[in-house]
Amino acid sequence: MAKETKTLNLNFGPQHPAAHGVLRLILQLDGEIVEKADPHIGLLHRGTEKLIENKTYTQAVPYFDRLDYVAPMNQEHAFALAIEKILKIEVPIRAQYIRVMFCEIGRILSHILNVTTQAMDVGALTPTLWGFEEREILMGFYEKVSGSRLHANYFRAGGVHQDLPKGLDKEIGKFCERFPKIINDLELLLTDNRIFKQRNVDIGVVSKQDALDYSFSGVMLRGSGVPWDLRKSQPYDCYEQFEFKIPVGKNGDCYDRYLCRIEEMKESVNIINQCLANLPVGPIKTDDGKISPPPKKEIKQSMEALIHHFKLYTEGYRVDKDEIYTAVEAPKGEFGVYLISDGSSKPYKCKIRAPGFSHLQAMDYLIKGHMLADVPAVLGSMDIVFGEVDR
Amino acid sequence: MQNIQDLEKILNSELNTKIKSSLIKHNQIYLKIDEADLTEVILFLKTNSKTKFRQLIDITAVDFPENEIRFKLVYLLLSHEFNQRIIIEIDVKEKEIVGSITSIFPAANWMEREVFDMYGIDFKDHPDLRRILTDYGFEGHPLRKDFPLTGHNEVRYSQETKKVIYEPVKLEQNYRNFDYESPWEGTKYIKEQTKE
Repeated sequence: MAKETKTLNLNFGPQHPAAHGVLRLILQLDGEIVEKADPHIGLLHRGTEKLIENKTYTQAVPYFDRLDYVAPMNQEHAFALAIEKILKIEVPIRAQYIRVMFCEIGRILSHILNVTTQAMDVGALTPTLWGFEEREILMGFYEKVSGSRLHANYFRAGGVHQDLPKGLDKEIGKFCERFPKIINDLELLLTDNRIFKQRNVDIGVVSKQDALDYSFSGVMLRGSGVPWDLRKSQPYDCYEQFEFKIPVGKNGDCYDRYLCRIEEMKESVNIINQCLANLPVGPIKTDDGKISPPPKKEIKQSMEALIHHFKLYTEGYRVDKDEIYTAVEAPKGEFGVYLISDGSSKPYKCKIRAPGFSHLQAMDYLIKGHMLADVPAVLGSMDIVFGEVDR
Repeated sequence: MQNIQDLEKILNSELNTKIKSSLIKHNQIYLKIDEADLTEVILFLKTNSKTKFRQLIDITAVDFPENEIRFKLVYLLLSHEFNQRIIIEIDVKEKEIVGSITSIFPAANWMEREVFDMYGIDFKDHPDLRRILTDYGFEGHPLRKDFPLTGHNEVRYSQETKKVIYEPVKLEQNYRNFDYESPWEGTKYIKEQTKE
């Protein structure tokens, strides 16, 4: 008698600690082998794009913090750049340096979270505890500069909201001195760890061609050996002035992606150090009164400043009729904003291109033929944050 | 690296009959084409050795309810080799069915599903055209301009039935859309009220 085989449908999530948020993954299993994965997303859909269409440009910035909430400022950056390109605003050099510095802090924030939770998904708890201590310090920098640990709302079209508080540059400098040692500690725990390697090497392999076809970007693309980083190839702000390397993987598996992230953190520390060493003095936002609000002191004395302040915080600044796509290299990949302005103070359309969306799409392709236990490993190495996938 | 002007020339000479208009702005090429030529043009851009737009960045639509041809469908492509971006636009009428490009770029699958979900544009030959971001059993297309910002339904846990139930949205206060054009005449909704 022939043995009867039956596939089993398994509901992974929406409340599963290894789903990194609210992912409902419907897995078709043959024994322990995954035959098909159907991700159901949208459980965190808040209609960000619709909301942005109904808010002024200034009011839209905080929505970008809430997309990829582990690296908020990187996304504000894309939106600020889009407006600046349309309005042709010149951003003061100090503001550019501050923005680059905080984008790199965001990158470290995101990579720490990803590397350590990926380790937790495959069984190691300690890296998470060590890593989160550092994230706490970095979020402290966020708080000192913007008043908020997570949802910073700090970047503006034309610069940043406020200057660095006194002494913050020294604190960041101190952090950069000790952080490489922490990365080293994490590496000692993970890089040559037998279990970590068994769970990650040759798991979720992506070939170069498939990485391109599936619209991968960021570490997912570089892990497969494509040397592509927007900070180098299409530099924005003052990234051209910094020297840094782009780590590229070889095998395109989960382990290579982990190594890429570790190396990227080291490069980020390097960039922050260069920022601190050459931090120019000067204004931190454009002096165009039609776009950036006047300082408090001036409002008390100048009628023009008062009018500007009133207009900016009621109607908001207007953006000429135009259409643009700008992208930045966010920690997770290419984060883009496709903005259509119609001359009013609200965007007509603002499409957000989230890197995680196309990465998660490839889940079925990546996991087919793997074991059930590899699902968290692959999901972890994709660096999914549902804030940006669901928007 | 290839010059963006050269690239535009190549496109115009190789695809001349298919291109309605092309424009260089913000260091990107904006291309307007017909819906019927979409798959052909995208396949050409992907495979031709002079263009090599091998990565699809995103697909999205824009709603212009006052236009006769209501939607504009936008395809963003990136060429790593030549470090260029291109934006392809096609005009789509309401209820018009557009050819899917999932056979060219597998990444288009979810992107087209999103456009379908948000704007209600149908795609021909799409392997799995379901809603993606909205709730199971959702009705309407949220990013259309005539869809209200607050939506139609709200969810709450009902003590009586001991389950989550859907109800029409009840708002204590409507979303107020201030009109700052002229502070003296008041906002639009006050003007409407005083007329009545």
